[in-house]
Amino acid sequence: MFPRLVYESFRHQTRRKLLAGIAITLGVAVATAMIAVATDIGDKINRELRSYGANLVVTPQEDTLDVEVGGVNLKPPSDGTFLNEADLPKIRGTFWHHNIVGFSPMLPVTVKVGSDSGAKNVTLIGTYFNKALRFGKEDFTTGVRITHPWWKVEGSCGDGRLARPGQVEDSPASCGWPDDNSENILVGERLAAKLAKKPGDTLEIAARQLTISGILSTGGAEDDQIVAPLALAQQILGKPGAVRRVYVSALTKPPDALSARDPKTMTPEVYDRWYCSPYVESIAYQLQEVIPHSHAEQIRQVAQNEGTVLSRIKGLMLLITFAALFASALAVSAAMATAIYERRVEIGLMKALGAGNLTVSVLFFAEALLLALVGGIAGFSAGALLAHQMGRSIFNSQISIEPVLFPIILAIAVFVTFAGSAAAIRRAVKFDPVFALRGEG
Amino acid sequence: MTTIITPGTLLTPKQVADRRALASHTSPSVSMFARMLLRAAVLRRRRAASALLAMIVAAAVATAMMNLYVDVQAKLRSEFRNYGANVVVVAKDGQSLPANALTRIESVLGAKTLAVPFSYAVARIKGGQSDGQSVVVVGTDFARSRQLNHWWKVSHWPDAPNEALIGMRAAAVVIPKASSNRQPFELTFQGKPIQLAPAGLLQTGAGEDSRIYIDQSEFQSWTGVAPSTIEVAANGTAADVDASIRQLAQLLPTAEVRPVRQIMEGEANVLNKTRATLYASATLVVLTSALCVLATLIGWVFDRRRDFAIMKALGASERLVNGFFAAEAAALGVVGAILGFFIGIGVAALIGRVNFHAPVVPRFSVFPYVLAGSVAVALISAILPIVLLRRVQPAIILRGE
Repeated sequence: MFPRLVYESFRHQTRRKLLAGIAITLGVAVATAMIAVATDIGDKINRELRSYGANLVVTPQEDTLDVEVGGVNLKPPSDGTFLNEADLPKIRGTFWHHNIVGFSPMLPVTVKVGSDSGAKNVTLIGTYFNKALRFGKEDFTTGVRITHPWWKVEGSCGDGRLARPGQVEDSPASCGWPDDNSENILVGERLAAKLAKKPGDTLEIAARQLTISGILSTGGAEDDQIVAPLALAQQILGKPGAVRRVYVSALTKPPDALSARDPKTMTPEVYDRWYCSPYVESIAYQLQEVIPHSHAEQIRQVAQNEGTVLSRIKGLMLLITFAALFASALAVSAAMATAIYERRVEIGLMKALGAGNLTVSVLFFAEALLLALVGGIAGFSAGALLAHQMGRSIFNSQISIEPVLFPIILAIAVFVTFAGSAAAIRRAVKFDPVFALRGEG
Repeated sequence: MTTIITPGTLLTPKQVADRRALASHTSPSVSMFARMLLRAAVLRRRRAASALLAMIVAAAVATAMMNLYVDVQAKLRSEFRNYGANVVVVAKDGQSLPANALTRIESVLGAKTLAVPFSYAVARIKGGQSDGQSVVVVGTDFARSRQLNHWWKVSHWPDAPNEALIGMRAAAVVIPKASSNRQPFELTFQGKPIQLAPAGLLQTGAGEDSRIYIDQSEFQSWTGVAPSTIEVAANGTAADVDASIRQLAQLLPTAEVRPVRQIMEGEANVLNKTRATLYASATLVVLTSALCVLATLIGWVFDRRRDFAIMKALGASERLVNGFFAAEAAALGVVGAILGFFIGIGVAALIGRVNFHAPVVPRFSVFPYVLAGSVAVALISAILPIVLLRRVQPAIILRGE
């Protein structure tokens, strides 16, 4: 009898059930999408923040002082110590290697450019552009195109569109960018203007004829410099395998009380927790571990500020998610209350025929449960789709929904539907059947 | 326990008195209409209250979202200014900037813009174990520099004459390890010596770590070199910054004015994504609350089909009945919007306080939109059931079917 009552109720009141169901579905969809976006926003914004460039720099432990004014290095070229290029792929072997978006080695070399009489000193930087490397069984590419996304190259074909951090495929092919194994170079835009060079021209450096594949524009010191593949710079300097410093771009967690502590003074448990959190400090510590004789430090301009920006945006999304959850809960309750309020005559009839308060309540709760489950499942799928669309259109990447969210969302849907129905059911049950049947509701 | 009074029930003397009081002083036709509106609200106050509550919540949420959407962008922009200068003014080819460049930049861009001068020289260390080694010395304005470069980790800012701020790596060379940190050291520039006392250490993880910073006027009297670079933190949107760059280029034709692309593009990137997310979320939240209003109000109006039938049975014209329900809905929308607006401003202020540690300025320009939206949603929710009811004969409704 009971299942039949529920079944008939759904069959005869399709319109009302549909309205309540739609309200639940939409409410759950909004809640799901907002929770998914809010949980993922930290990671997404973190990746966007990588467009500010590297947040860590690795230098030799016994590094000498940089003497550099306006992008021109005044230090004798062979001075100081170097890192070994062969150690670099080990960066992928650190504990937080999944958080390391990319790294670029730098080797500045002072070279003479121009004819003998008008020769002038120019800094040539050797680096990776988009170098294919291998660590263990893993192949990956890294270089300035990932870590320095604001570098624009004007070459023979490209429009120099800005690539998203970590997504080299975005920028049109290799327009203007030299190959890492070639002897092609990039010339900074101000230097190119001074030398009256354009892409395709050749430039004589250290008795080599180098082809300019593109003109580099960065808005920084590189505009007065030459950028070349690392191997070429090493040959010019005469130090194979040498690297002056490495810029590392990593996804990090905003700093808190734990992050600032000195690992030497920690207890083993605290140390483990610190080591296993992607703080910029712990990643720097791990980089020092894998690269011998190195000193890794955060670039405070980038590293310190991104924490603030990240926590602000995350906090904001969290609060908005609460607002969304509140609004959806209210919408579901309102729809349920309305649906039940309309059925007082039915309740009156049932009670007149001898149904107890409990039976009536159970019937209505069973209907609400059914609605909540159906609406919850439909809403979850719709919300997942919505989150996916938001991820695609805003961040150009997936917003993944954790499967563990599904039971939670369903439970919330059932709870909110029950809560929304409870007051209305109680009032409906208490209502005198005589009034209800007389139609004086 | 029931408080619902139907047309058939007797009124208590107090209620009768209330009715009289209400009817006493207004012109007949207007007063009738007003009375119907008011009594509809008073008699079914429970349902009316829940409809009004839904309206208020929706208006409050919409207000808070719109306020935040506008304000958060400004808040985030000011957070992004912590990244430092976004415009650099550099003298062309090793010259110096005009002496009054700084004051001119400030007068053009307004007091809120921060401009910090920098001048560079390569000096030699005199005495100690690193005698004769080159080091870059920078002259700057410490007070301004401190405001511009929030990320500088400084143990102590110089506050006395001839005190210097020393980069971490420069300190390893300049300050002998054995001696106390405050021991003075000597530098020479083209033969001219200067005695400096270390005030504090500077740590940035970038080029600043290898430099020594001293006060601009001391730097200039020592080396005779005037500032060659001015770093500017220009406020506002990307268009504002572009305009500032053009203004500066016009003002200082001998200098090169260029944006710091790393900062500008990073900011644009993050801000655009955040704005889009915020927009999408705000739209979703506002739509959900509109849905909530719709669900409540449709129920409320549908529920009153008996009033509708009685009015028609008593000979009210279609227009009057529709007008009555529409006026009722509009009144609900207006009251809900006004109350909701103030609550929403409170919520936005709270979110601003919690998240940004700064109050969100209430934007009254949002109010017309909230008002129009509330009334529109209320009217739609009233019209839908009326259209459905219009097809039904009053007699059928009154018979309770």
